[in-house]
Amino acid sequence: MARVGIYLPIAELSVNLFVLLAMGAAVGFLSGMFGVGGGFLITPLLIFYNIPPAIAVATGANQVVASSFSGALSHVKKGTLDFKLGTVLLAGGIVGATLGIYVFSLLRELGQLDLFISLLYVVLLGTVGGLMLVESLRAIRRSRDGAAPTLKKPGQHNWIHRLPLKMRFRASKLFVSVIPVLGLGAGIGFLSSIMGVGGGFIMVPALIYLLKVPTNVVIGTSLFQIIFVAAYTTIVHATANHTVDVVLAFMLMVGGVAGAQYGAKVGQRLRGEQLRALLALLVLAVALRLGFDLFVKPQSIFSLAGPGI
Amino acid sequence: MSRGLFAVLLLALLAHTAPAFAQDDIEGVVPTPAENAAQEPAPQQAVNPESIQIGLSTNRVAITADFSGADLTIFGSLDYADPLVARQGRYDVIVVLEGPAQEVVVRRKDRVLGMWINMESETFTNVPVSYSVATTRMPQDITDTNSYRQLSLGADYLHIEPVDRDGNPATISEFREALRERKAAAGLFNMRVGGVEFLSQSLFRASLPLSPSVPVGTHKARAFLFKNGVFIKESSAQLSIVKSGFEQTIARFSVNHGFSYGILATALAIVTGWIGRIVFRRD
Repeated sequence: MARVGIYLPIAELSVNLFVLLAMGAAVGFLSGMFGVGGGFLITPLLIFYNIPPAIAVATGANQVVASSFSGALSHVKKGTLDFKLGTVLLAGGIVGATLGIYVFSLLRELGQLDLFISLLYVVLLGTVGGLMLVESLRAIRRSRDGAAPTLKKPGQHNWIHRLPLKMRFRASKLFVSVIPVLGLGAGIGFLSSIMGVGGGFIMVPALIYLLKVPTNVVIGTSLFQIIFVAAYTTIVHATANHTVDVVLAFMLMVGGVAGAQYGAKVGQRLRGEQLRALLALLVLAVALRLGFDLFVKPQSIFSLAGPGI
Repeated sequence: MSRGLFAVLLLALLAHTAPAFAQDDIEGVVPTPAENAAQEPAPQQAVNPESIQIGLSTNRVAITADFSGADLTIFGSLDYADPLVARQGRYDVIVVLEGPAQEVVVRRKDRVLGMWINMESETFTNVPVSYSVATTRMPQDITDTNSYRQLSLGADYLHIEPVDRDGNPATISEFREALRERKAAAGLFNMRVGGVEFLSQSLFRASLPLSPSVPVGTHKARAFLFKNGVFIKESSAQLSIVKSGFEQTIARFSVNHGFSYGILATALAIVTGWIGRIVFRRD
């Protein structure tokens, strides 16, 4: 196969066009299959592919805009999108993202950005992957025992529902305080700007288990707010850090949009708990790989940094 | 794609009639009389009549985005050479191509809780981004380390000053060595022994490697002439390296108009997502 090199103007290196398209397609496939944005896979993959972490993060956010917009459109059509809830989440998200970008610049100046990104990924992916694996294995065992696969019914009320400043969200059939909603949005926004992820893999379980939002509304609403937070993150990274590589992002978007289609088809054929177990293994593998790099002695303990990257 | 880059140097054979090429001619330090039997018994060799010239036929080299390194060839001339010294091969030339100067932060990773984390750092100023050297012979056969140090010539002798001059000298020198080592590993500091060849008694050709990551900006080509191991003269010329093409336009735009760039990148994502939805609609 002829090597089709494509030069990334911001990352300042030449990469293989097919590798990028395949990477985008593979992540798009998984995101279609599992219903997540895929940012948490794209950014580590780019880092493994020697893209500097600062660029991988900002470019990942740009790619997330495309995939979440595409996904949100279909939820608008199906009416499974709570605009009001999404907007409140978004308000928190913008605050979190602003803080995140400030921390991002600061860490970059201190030379600790790469470490912080890797640590966040290891901790978050390790936790989410671990929990998901345990849950899905339990479900698989249950269904093998012949019991009907039942999703745990959300409990009636928890401490979150006792907080003041209540607000009604009709589409979600929810009457809840705005404090946890804003806080959740801010947390996701912060992660989005530092990790280059949409945060769907945290947002979805948090909305379901903490706020008790009906599952059918969760994905559309989370995608809706992710569009804006990721767009905001992209613009601010482009302005403050000049780390968005639009050529790289475009290759990933094209691959991702196409891959999502086939992923969704395969996803419909597989059983839910099997899917979740597979995703959990994938997430854990990424976390282990990133963690491994932290503990292995680097080739050279010295590194240079200029005014550029 | 390794295209040979020929910034052909003008053979300023008649240097003194072509003052345009005689840029930055620097008189060398008056050398101590060489203890060489072959040297004519001119008792006080106060003046070295030799002069060295390099001059570029173009002062702007454009490289495309897929540039993967090339050789830069520079021609130069040596005038009023002593034929006897020339015949014995006692003239040496070192040609240097020096990239624009930058501030560089050198960081060292140390083990903390089992993890390798950037800990100490040292900032150096005026470090050339790239530094390529071509010589006629092994550098130790041309002149001694003292002269190299005085001339700040060669990657190993280049003056690299820390911003904080009061730091621990041992640390500074460790980080300075690391800086040189990292630059060499990146192919930005390099040396080609035998890269300068005399084509005739008065004409030489230097070929310097341009690394694939050669930085854009104004580079300075300098030629140093040595006679019997003593520095005589220096000549220099400027060369600006620019990247051209679509990708470079994007890079410039992203730096100069970051906000608009971000808006456009987001718009591109929205449009791609929307078109993707139309093309791959699945409901």
